[in-house]
Amino acid sequence: MKIVVTVKLVPDPNAEKRIDPVGMRLVRSGVETVLNPYDEYALEAALQLRERLGGDTTVTAFSMVPESTKETLRKALAMGVDDAVILSDASLAGSDTWATAYAMAQGLKKIGFDLVICGGLADDGSTGGVPGALAEYLGVPGLTNARHLEIVDGKLHAQRETDSGYQVVSGALPALVSVTMAVGEPRYPSLKGIMGAKKKSIATMAPADLGLDRAVGSDGAKTELLAIAPPPARGSARVVEAADGPTGAKIIFDFLKEKKLI
Amino acid sequence: MTESMRVPLPDALDFLGLDAQLTDEERLVRRTVADFVADRILPRIATWFEEGILPRELAQELGALGVLGMHLHGYGCAGASAVAYGLACLELEAGDSGVRSFASVQGSLAMFAIYRFGSDEQKERYLPRMAAGELIGCFGLTEPDFGSDPSAMRTRARRAGSDWLLSGTKMWITSGGIADLAIIWAQTDDGIRGFIVESATPGFSARNIEKKLSLRASVTSELVLDECRLPADALLPEARGLSGPLACLNEARFGITWGAMGAARACYAAALEYSKTRVQFGRPISSFQLTQAKLVEMALEVNKGTLLALHLGRMKDAGTLHPSQVSFGKLNNVREALAIARSARSVLGANGVTLEYPVIRHMNNLESVLTYEGTSEVHTLILGQAITGSSAFV
Ligand SMILES: Cc1cc2nc3c(=O)[nH]c(=O)nc-3n(C[C@H](O)[C@H](O)[C@H](O)COP(=O)(O)OP(=O)(O)OC[C@H]3O[C@@H](n4cnc5c(N)ncnc54)[C@H](O)[C@@H]3O)c2cc1C
Repeated sequence: MKIVVTVKLVPDPNAEKRIDPVGMRLVRSGVETVLNPYDEYALEAALQLRERLGGDTTVTAFSMVPESTKETLRKALAMGVDDAVILSDASLAGSDTWATAYAMAQGLKKIGFDLVICGGLADDGSTGGVPGALAEYLGVPGLTNARHLEIVDGKLHAQRETDSGYQVVSGALPALVSVTMAVGEPRYPSLKGIMGAKKKSIATMAPADLGLDRAVGSDGAKTELLAIAPPPARGSARVVEAADGPTGAKIIFDFLKEKKLI
Repeated sequence: MTESMRVPLPDALDFLGLDAQLTDEERLVRRTVADFVADRILPRIATWFEEGILPRELAQELGALGVLGMHLHGYGCAGASAVAYGLACLELEAGDSGVRSFASVQGSLAMFAIYRFGSDEQKERYLPRMAAGELIGCFGLTEPDFGSDPSAMRTRARRAGSDWLLSGTKMWITSGGIADLAIIWAQTDDGIRGFIVESATPGFSARNIEKKLSLRASVTSELVLDECRLPADALLPEARGLSGPLACLNEARFGITWGAMGAARACYAAALEYSKTRVQFGRPISSFQLTQAKLVEMALEVNKGTLLALHLGRMKDAGTLHPSQVSFGKLNNVREALAIARSARSVLGANGVTLEYPVIRHMNNLESVLTYEGTSEVHTLILGQAITGSSAFV
C-alpha cells in the first residue's frame, strides 16, 4: 500500500503576515518556512494508517516547492515518513489553484499511489481548492474533510465532517482524501527520527519529467489577482448593561436567538 | 544603501542571530523540544511547582520525544550531537529547571554512567528502557556531610562472598524518590566505585525532601542504604576513583551551561513583553531609561551566554573541550542567568512575585542550579587552578 501525503511549505503561521503591495504576494523572506500546519494532520493520518496496516505500507511526502526550501521537509521525514519527493522549477512560480493541482496531479501519477492524503487547507493562501481539483485530475474518488479513515479489504472508508455531523462514505482505491484536525494531533518528530531523517531521500522532479500538455506557473493560471485589501475593521462592539446575571443571560439569549445562532 | 537599511533588525530574543549558526537538523531539534515545552510543560508547570510534584508520566513523554540520553549512541538513543543535546537542555529549561534537571540526571548522570562505565550486559538491560522513560534513574554522590568534597564520602561497599554489602546515606538526590534504579558511588577497598542499585533492593529507602523553595517541580530525596546486598554484576566495572562520577558530572554541567540560558531567555522575554504593555506615568515602562538599562543588560548576557554555550558545544563535538572549559560555561552562565532572573523579577513589579509569570519560579530554581553540579565557588577554584597552576581547594 503506497500512501502519498501532499505537503505545502508556508511561512511560519505565528509570524506576522505581510503582503508585498506591488507583486500582491505574501512576503516569504525573513520568515521561517514551516510545514503547513493542516498538512501535519494529513501526515499524522497517514502514519496512523501505516501503523494499523503494517506490512509493506509506505508513506511518501510530496511537495511542490522551490529547491531552496526543501530541507523543511525533513520534519515530515523525522515524524516517520519514509521518503519525500519535490516538484520544483522556476516555471511553477505563480501557479494558482488550477495550475498547482494540474502540475501536482501529473507528479502524483508519476510517483504512483494507492491513497493520496491532503490537508484541508493551506495556511497561507487558504483556498482549500487543491484537494478536490487533484482528485478530478487524477480521476479518482475524492473524499474531502475526513475526520477518520480506515482501509478494510482494499476499500477506503471515511467519516466526512459536515456542518451537522458526519457522513460515512467509502470508495475504491486508488483514492484521495483530505482530512480535518479531528484525525488526531500531529506527533512530535522524535529526536531519533530527526537523526534518522538525514539518511532518508528527498528526490526532485521537474515539470520537464512529467510531459505536461498545458502551461503551469503564472502562465497557466486561470485566475488573476486584481487587488488586495486588509479585512475591514470590525465595528465597535455593542455594550449592554444588565442589572444582574439572569437579566444579562436573557439579553444574550435573545440576541443569539434573533441571529438564529441557537 | 547603508548596511542598516539592507540588514533586517535583529530579533530581540536572538540578537546575535545564533539560530542561523545551527544546522537544519539542530534547528529542528530545538524547535521540536520548544514545541513540546509550549504544549506539555508551560500550561502545567506553575501548578506542579506550587504542588511540589513532577508527574511520573512526564518521563515517558520525554522518552517518546527522545531527549533522555539523546547524545548517547545505540540502545534506543538518538545519537545526537553535543550541540543538539545542549539545545534540548536550553529549551527544556526555558520551561523549567526541574524538567531539565530530570532529563540531565536521567541522561547525563544515570544513563551516561552505565553507558561509559557499564558492562555490555548492564547497557542492554537498562539503557533502552531508561531512554524510553520506562525506568527512572538517579545519581547518588552527595552525602549529608560531604557535598563539595565527595572524595571523603562515608558510604561503603564491602565484599560478602561474590556479593557486595552497601551501607550509607546519600543526600539531595534528584529523582531519588521516583527512581527505579540509583547509581551509587561508594568507598571500597579498591577506592571509590559505582554500583547500580535497583530501588526494590531490600535495605534501599528514599525519603523526599518536601520543604524546599527551589526546583519544586523536581523530586529531591535522601537515600538510605542499609546493608543492601548487591550481586557482583551490580558493580560498574569500568569506573575507578572519583574520576568516574566526575566524568558524568562533566556531561551534565555541559547541559546546564545551555539550560541556564533557557531559563534566562524565558525571564528576559517575560520582562521585555511585560515592560512594553505595563503603563506607568502615562508611558510603557519599557520607555524609561532605567528599565531599558535592565533589559539591555539581560539581552547582552543571554546572547553572550548562548554564544558561549554554542562555542563550547562545537568544541565538544570536535573533541577539543577540556573539563575546565565546561566549568567556565557553568560558572558564567548560571551566575548570569540568576542575575537576569532577579533583574527581570524587578521589571515585573508585584506581578513578578507570583506564579502567574515564570520569572520568580526560574529565579528560585536557579539558586539550586548555582549550587548543584559544583557550586560557583568550586568552579571558580577549578578555573583558578587551571589558569594559575595551584590548587586552592584546601
Ligand atoms: C535541588 C538539588 C538537587 C541535587 N541533586 C543532586 C543529585 O542528584 N545527586 C547528587 O549527588 N547531589 C545532588 N545535589 C547536591 C549538590 O551537588 C550539592 O549540594 C553541592 O555539591 C554542594 O554541596 P553542599 O550542599 O554539601 O555544600 P557544601 O559543600 O557544604 O558547601 C557550602 C558552601 O561552601 C562552599 N565551599 C565548599 N568548599 C569550599 C572551598 N574549598 N572553597 C571555597 N568555598 C567552598 C561552597 O561553594 C558553598 O558555598 C543536589 C542539590 C540540590 C540543591
